[in-house]
Amino acid sequence: MLALDAAKSAGASYADIRISRNRNQAIFTREQRVQNLVDNETFGFGVRVLVEGAWGFAASRDLSREEVARVARQAVTQARANRTTMVRPVTLAPVTPTPDGSWRSPARIDPFDVPVEEKAALLLAANAAALGVQGARFVNSQMFFLREEKTLATTDGTYVVQTIFRAQPSMTVTAVASGDFQTRQSNDVQPMGRGYEHVIDAKLVENAPRWAEEAVRKLSAKPVEVGRYDLILHPSHLWLTIHESIAHPTELDRAMGYEANYAGTSFVAPPEKMLGSLKYGPEFMNVQGDRSQSGSLSAVGWDDEGVRPEEFLIIKNGVFNDYQTTREQAPWLQWWYSRQNQETRSHGCSYAQSWADVQFQRMPNVSLLPGEQNHSWDDLIAATDRGIAIVGEGSFSIDQQRYNAQFGGQVFYEVRGGKIVGMLKDVAYQLRTPEFWNSMDMIGGRDSYMLGGAFNDGKGQPSQSNAVSHGCVPARFRNVNVINTGRQA
Amino acid sequence: MSAPRSLLEPARYLSRAEAEALAKRVLALATADATRVTLQGGSRGNTRFALNQISTAGDDFNTTVTVRSLFGKRSANVTTNKLDDAGLRYAVETSERLAKLAPEDPEEMGELDPQQYAESRSWSDATASLDPAARADAVRAITQATSAAGLHGTGYLETNAGSFAVANSKGLFAYARGTGAALTTTVRTPDGNGSGWAGAAHNDWSRLRPAELGARAIEKARRSANPVAIEPGRYTVVLEPTAVGNLVQNMGFALNARNADEGRSFFSKQGGGNKIGMKIVDERVTIVSDPLDPEAPANTFNNEGLPTARTVWIENGVVRNLAYDRFWAQKMGKQPLPFVASLSMSGGTATIEELIASTQRGILVTRFWYIRQVDPRVLLVTGLTRDGTFLIENGKITNAVKNLRFNESPIFMLNNVEAMGRPVRVSASESGSPGVAVVVPPLKVRDFNFTSLSDAV
Repeated sequence: MLALDAAKSAGASYADIRISRNRNQAIFTREQRVQNLVDNETFGFGVRVLVEGAWGFAASRDLSREEVARVARQAVTQARANRTTMVRPVTLAPVTPTPDGSWRSPARIDPFDVPVEEKAALLLAANAAALGVQGARFVNSQMFFLREEKTLATTDGTYVVQTIFRAQPSMTVTAVASGDFQTRQSNDVQPMGRGYEHVIDAKLVENAPRWAEEAVRKLSAKPVEVGRYDLILHPSHLWLTIHESIAHPTELDRAMGYEANYAGTSFVAPPEKMLGSLKYGPEFMNVQGDRSQSGSLSAVGWDDEGVRPEEFLIIKNGVFNDYQTTREQAPWLQWWYSRQNQETRSHGCSYAQSWADVQFQRMPNVSLLPGEQNHSWDDLIAATDRGIAIVGEGSFSIDQQRYNAQFGGQVFYEVRGGKIVGMLKDVAYQLRTPEFWNSMDMIGGRDSYMLGGAFNDGKGQPSQSNAVSHGCVPARFRNVNVINTGRQA
Repeated sequence: MSAPRSLLEPARYLSRAEAEALAKRVLALATADATRVTLQGGSRGNTRFALNQISTAGDDFNTTVTVRSLFGKRSANVTTNKLDDAGLRYAVETSERLAKLAPEDPEEMGELDPQQYAESRSWSDATASLDPAARADAVRAITQATSAAGLHGTGYLETNAGSFAVANSKGLFAYARGTGAALTTTVRTPDGNGSGWAGAAHNDWSRLRPAELGARAIEKARRSANPVAIEPGRYTVVLEPTAVGNLVQNMGFALNARNADEGRSFFSKQGGGNKIGMKIVDERVTIVSDPLDPEAPANTFNNEGLPTARTVWIENGVVRNLAYDRFWAQKMGKQPLPFVASLSMSGGTATIEELIASTQRGILVTRFWYIRQVDPRVLLVTGLTRDGTFLIENGKITNAVKNLRFNESPIFMLNNVEAMGRPVRVSASESGSPGVAVVVPPLKVRDFNFTSLSDAV
């Protein structure tokens, strides 16, 4: 409250303060060695102020009374300097304050209560299981855990305390042959907003031999012939395609030009030509934004400006329906919301990676909802005459407006006559986003839905890291351009 | 931290004396067989702008202490930013508790004895004293011009000033302070059909020219409007220095002897061993890291306290060195050779205009974007051109062209060099933060592999 009072008396019309304590722990191993054991804690606060329509932000690790007041005044002084370039003042969408709220991730086992020797032993056992496979030469494995305790107070009267957990176990197995090496990452296990129970459920020791065998099999896999193929994409792969080609282009700050210098703009712009008009994909395509799915990386009770996030449809029956927004951004779409008989409210997408960084618009969970028919992964393969099935995310690159993308993967299967007939390698597909999503003709049902996730999604300057989940089902895409990435040195 | 403080004082960071005193406080609490303390931090200031006005800005201050405790061959690291006695004691006790629980590491090399270091050359008072009002002035030098031109100016200015110190229980103490500054701007036409970029980075803010960068980005935005489509394929390209930096810095990550010796790197030799002594690129190419080069300075020690020195990675096209950590060096009978956080590449004397004039048909590339590894066996990467891509015909720029995706390796590129220009310091980091120092020339390269067109502007 000291910071909010200091900011107000220095001239701020709005102010918020976030105080956070982040603890993370990571264990890195290779073969039968623990390479590094790291435990980090960072504690500090950030004050954001709005002064006559211009933002200011300052932060410090020193929570003494004098420093808190100094930082609040520094933020106001900075806002006045920033105001010298102002063309359009910032206005904020209304919010319903939460005077005394608390929220906690659904973590059953706090990872910091589990002894490190137990964690290290699990990784080394998984490594041994992988190296038991003939031809598997190297294995790296790691666990990463986060616990963030975050308090937000705003001059609107919000005061909320939240405890957020994230967990990511992973491994990479490398097989080496003369003049060649191939890797298999464990990315059918995805990061989650859960506790240590996620590591237990990942069954690393049980799964490691399969990942190792697949790395070895890739050495003798058939190089793909370039051409157009039907692609069947597993949720462990498709989440990243959704992330890059749907979630990023529907961020409103990108569409309006605010991220042009780094992350880029968007082909889903300008809003007045896109909302309710752009046919993103087939009619059965529905894409939801939310911060509520249990165990998802983006789940919170309130965002970093005190908005309780809601579920909203970004794509509704194949047509573009809404952008991701913050309190500053929602008023830019007032015309659209009033046409929909909706209030102009933020969707709750404000986020900062730490106390030292200013909050801004970040994506929530963005998920492809299941189809009405309960198709499975096997059903999609059985229905495909000539195609490639891809499991696990791999290399990825996309342009600054999210039109042209190239994706690799972990494991590639050749599909002929409705059956998997062998493994392929050096596969990447190139797409143009609108054509790609409109070529989707078959998706899985509710039983095939899973959450994938980006643990370190970068955006903003200075670049901030965000963690989001992307729920999805397997899906088939027709006639996609596939290239062979193998080259000789 | 240094007192007294004014509201907008020069950046705060740990002085040598403060770092030494803090390290001693931590080491006095330690009971492990050996302990290392790493201190890092300082002040960061940033200002963003979009649509010709400042959007957000930030000033933050932090210092972290990392304690590494070692019992026999068991170790752990704990980092905190709570520097009071209780905070430091908690960090030391947690580190020692975790270290005792960790398995023995057969590759543990122990802590280093005291070392000698050269004085770091990374500091600039001009950078350390840049305050939010001065940052806003620099931004206005660009946005006033873009407004007057009827264009949309966006961009980012970041400065940092801090220090880095390593101390251990054997008496080693290393200290360096450094600053960094980067200013980048992307100027777009209001209809979204043209986009131009310019940017620069240096340790010394006074070396950056905001108005010149703005003028360059405005010129590119205008010339890039309404691009035409060309067929993807292999083209001669004239790469501006930033584009060369975007690609060449990717090689730096692969200069690792162990991965090469283990057979899982481009630098692995067929049949075993690594490619040291083998010619891999054009003989005009030499790549070095020199922590004392004033144009590309870097820390004079690594995070173990091992001194860094001028290192030639590639000389006249031949691999001269790969980085060896202390364990791998001992195992292979070599001297340890740490990475150095900077990269300088040789060049020639040509100007970009001369490289263009000598090109019958080719493409001029301002910068590359979203570069990601596709195949580590040949360092193949993919990515796209961005913010200023032009067709060269008969020695002249004739048209803006649509952006293109490439699948190419910096190794292949440096084997196809036609001509080189004068090396300059570039802002090569994707995020626009100061990053490591990269000094590279503009290049004219044949047979650059573009694989598809992009509609992105």
